[in-house]
Amino acid sequence: MGHDDMTPMRALPWRSESLRRGALTLIVAAALYEAPARSGYLPPALTPTLGDIAHTLFASLADGTMLLHAAATLYRVVVGFGCAVAVGLPLGVMMGRFRAVENFVLPLTSALMPIPSLAWVPVFILWFGLGNTVSVLIVFYAALFPMLLNTWTGVRAVNPIWLRAAGAMGANEHALFWKVIIPGASPFIIAGLRQSFLRSWIAVIGAEMLAGSDWGLGWVIFDAKEFLDTDMMLASLIVIGCIGFVTERLVFGSIERATIYRWGMARSARG
Amino acid sequence: MHDVIENGNLGLGAAAADRGALWRVWRNAFPFVVVGAIWEAIAHLGLFPAQLFPPLETIAAVFVRLTASGVLPHHAFDTLIRLTAGFALAAVFGIAAGVLMGRSRRAEDILLPLVSIGAPIPGLAYAPLFLLWFGPGNVPAVALVAFVSAFPIIYNSWTGVKAVKEIWLRSAQAMSADDRRLFRHVIVPGALPYIVTGLRLGLAQAWRILVAVEMLAAVPWGLGWLIFGAQEFLNTDVMLAGIAVIALIGLGLEKFVFQPLENFTIVRWGMMT
Repeated sequence: MGHDDMTPMRALPWRSESLRRGALTLIVAAALYEAPARSGYLPPALTPTLGDIAHTLFASLADGTMLLHAAATLYRVVVGFGCAVAVGLPLGVMMGRFRAVENFVLPLTSALMPIPSLAWVPVFILWFGLGNTVSVLIVFYAALFPMLLNTWTGVRAVNPIWLRAAGAMGANEHALFWKVIIPGASPFIIAGLRQSFLRSWIAVIGAEMLAGSDWGLGWVIFDAKEFLDTDMMLASLIVIGCIGFVTERLVFGSIERATIYRWGMARSARG
Repeated sequence: MHDVIENGNLGLGAAAADRGALWRVWRNAFPFVVVGAIWEAIAHLGLFPAQLFPPLETIAAVFVRLTASGVLPHHAFDTLIRLTAGFALAAVFGIAAGVLMGRSRRAEDILLPLVSIGAPIPGLAYAPLFLLWFGPGNVPAVALVAFVSAFPIIYNSWTGVKAVKEIWLRSAQAMSADDRRLFRHVIVPGALPYIVTGLRLGLAQAWRILVAVEMLAAVPWGLGWLIFGAQEFLNTDVMLAGIAVIALIGLGLEKFVFQPLENFTIVRWGMMT
């Protein structure tokens, strides 16, 4: 897979024909939404027009509330995701290097992994109360396993020939680890970071809906539902989509380009 | 490969492999015994109220009681029905859309912008919207599960059809295969590893989202609702029993649905990627 499943995306033909059709699709889709919204057959509270949504979006951006919500959500994601990386990365490396650690952690992981992180929300609410702790822990739980398993796979997938070659050239344990194993495992580690981030982004929205506390994009959507504030819901949805898209494509995309593509190891990157 | 890396532990690993099945069972059980013992110790020391941190035997007793009275199976059954319905919808429409996008440039130009806009938004963010539009209950739950799990299926089927090697198509055509046979005997088998991957990712997504949706959508039965409802009454033991069932179903999906499916198709055709 690896490289192959990137190719269609990269070789995407930006022919004028495709662009025209793509733009046309979006316009038609917008018109299909706008027509019933304006017709008056559907309650305007449930299907606001695109103009209303844009208006709400700009108003909330201008007075700063949307930015504060986004900041609260990002804070939770960064803390939870950071803790997951801080735990998952070293533990994954140790699992790959020491059989005893692998024997201990792997059964626990395979038992906990099939439990969706959001199933823990009610339990965590009881244990830690409403608020930031619950969301951060849920993000941590969601991000931990992809990080752990990818790092573990990466360390195990390091080509044994590289290890022997480095050993034959007199590399000591330290050099072997930093110069061979870590770069060799890095495509998997970066794939793990990416996957973990995606999971945390989903988890944080759910956690905020269920355990929300005044701020956060997930909470806004859920709160807006109570007041039938559909334009606010759709505006936050747009913000959520944009942040997710930007981090996924720009941040992780450029990390990938700066590391594994430059090192010529893209083949095993997206397993 | 693994043994070479940890040269220090090589002897130990080899010896462990020889000690057979009993050792393997113990090796897999040992971590759970340790974690269970720690849990028990904390529960019995009384650091936290028993209501919030019940000992394992209480959870097991609740599990048995609820299973015997049929409550737990009913919740699990309803959850599975929703999962199946939503996932089946996603599979049918997702594969159809993905294959169409892979085969026809026009379909690709039309659908790709919509897919790339919808995909990066976490599915759960749509939940309140679906609740408003469809009202609480089964319809938004199934619709949301289908909607969310369709994206990886579409994306992978599309990639799979595009990844079918040009040379296979040309040699089949040179051997005078018509369009139907080309599709059935070349494109479908060629794209299948990707489609199976997509189905697998889609099911995992569906499963992750479903539990949360059940909490939000106020459905009468369902494991998510069981856990969420139990929170109101501080029934931590019921919640943990529910989570145990969720873990069992998740493991079952992996072991009995996807591994056999993979063995029957990809591995048998020698196309494991």
